[in-house]
Amino acid sequence: MNNQNPIWALISTFGLMSLFAVGGAAAAVPEMHRIAVDVHHWMTEKQFADAYAIAQLSPGPNVLIVTLIGYAVAGIPGALAATLAMCLPTALLAYYVSRLLNRPSRSRWPGLLQAALVPLSIGLMAASALILAQSTDRTIAALLLTATVAVIASVSRINPLWLLLAGGLLGFAGIV
Amino acid sequence: MSTDSAPAAQEPGISATPAPPPGLPALFLAFARMSLAGFGGVLVFARHAIVDQHRWMTADEFNETFALCHFLPGPNIVNLSMVFGSRLRGIAGGVAAFTGLLLPPTLIMTVLAIAYARFGDVDVLRRILAGISCAAVGLLIAVVFRMMTPLFRRMDVVALILMTGVFAAIGVLRLPLQAVLLVAVPVSIGVTYLMRRKVAA
Repeated sequence: MNNQNPIWALISTFGLMSLFAVGGAAAAVPEMHRIAVDVHHWMTEKQFADAYAIAQLSPGPNVLIVTLIGYAVAGIPGALAATLAMCLPTALLAYYVSRLLNRPSRSRWPGLLQAALVPLSIGLMAASALILAQSTDRTIAALLLTATVAVIASVSRINPLWLLLAGGLLGFAGIV
Repeated sequence: MSTDSAPAAQEPGISATPAPPPGLPALFLAFARMSLAGFGGVLVFARHAIVDQHRWMTADEFNETFALCHFLPGPNIVNLSMVFGSRLRGIAGGVAAFTGLLLPPTLIMTVLAIAYARFGDVDVLRRILAGISCAAVGLLIAVVFRMMTPLFRRMDVVALILMTGVFAAIGVLRLPLQAVLLVAVPVSIGVTYLMRRKVAA
């Protein structure tokens, strides 16, 4: 086991992280940020915020921000290693658990577990928002844009892609 | 794969017949398509394709499968692809759906990563990405608000305290995720269990 090998570092980091990522990809963002920016210095604040933006803008599950982190660390092998490490272990776990639970049971444990985990995953996602906002919203205009998008997306059913593109346009125009 | 979506589901006469289990290439293609359509989250498209378009599952079966994937760790939609595919076609079906969901967007993401490494410092791109980042954070805040609304509506004080505690520990104090969850998960399960017993009693 060579701790200097970046591929191994990616696999162990994201493999372990995925097993604790209750609440999905958005809930894991603070931990990704802590590991990639603060602990390993794989990326700068700015690069991490960019990676988050690219992952949001691209098709596919948003968890694929790990592909971008993996690429920044170790090129294409790193991108593939990070993606598989983040996705495969929990998918296999889900496969085995679903086989165990295949016959419908009257147990109240799944419902209880879910009720117990919901507030925690909301707290994690709120923390993601705060950490990302601290690295992106450095001007008043940027803060206003974030707040406006938050309000519009809360009260309407507009396709999020339009809001992202509007943000890109404002950035292009040099307003934020 | 060429059947079009919403109108086909409304056709009378065939609505009650469940479709036969799809082959592995069909599973791969269906998940690749919903993944590539899924800007800003795949769940909506997955539900549409599985329940409405292909009728591989009823709405209830889908909800049950998704609930299972939601309280397991890891990216929910990725878990869903594996569980769903394996329910239809065994482990090979799970792998086909998993690969279909992940392979095309991973390739796209890798190309974007290469482009970013080469052109990320170009000023125009930096400005565009900065604007998109701000909007993306706004979207995340909106999702958090939507998820919080039921807790406020029920005045679920315990849940709100737990939520705020996790937020402060991770977002403000920047503690490691494992340590926080190691404390928060047992506490939350214990409290929820006790509250439910109190309600039932």
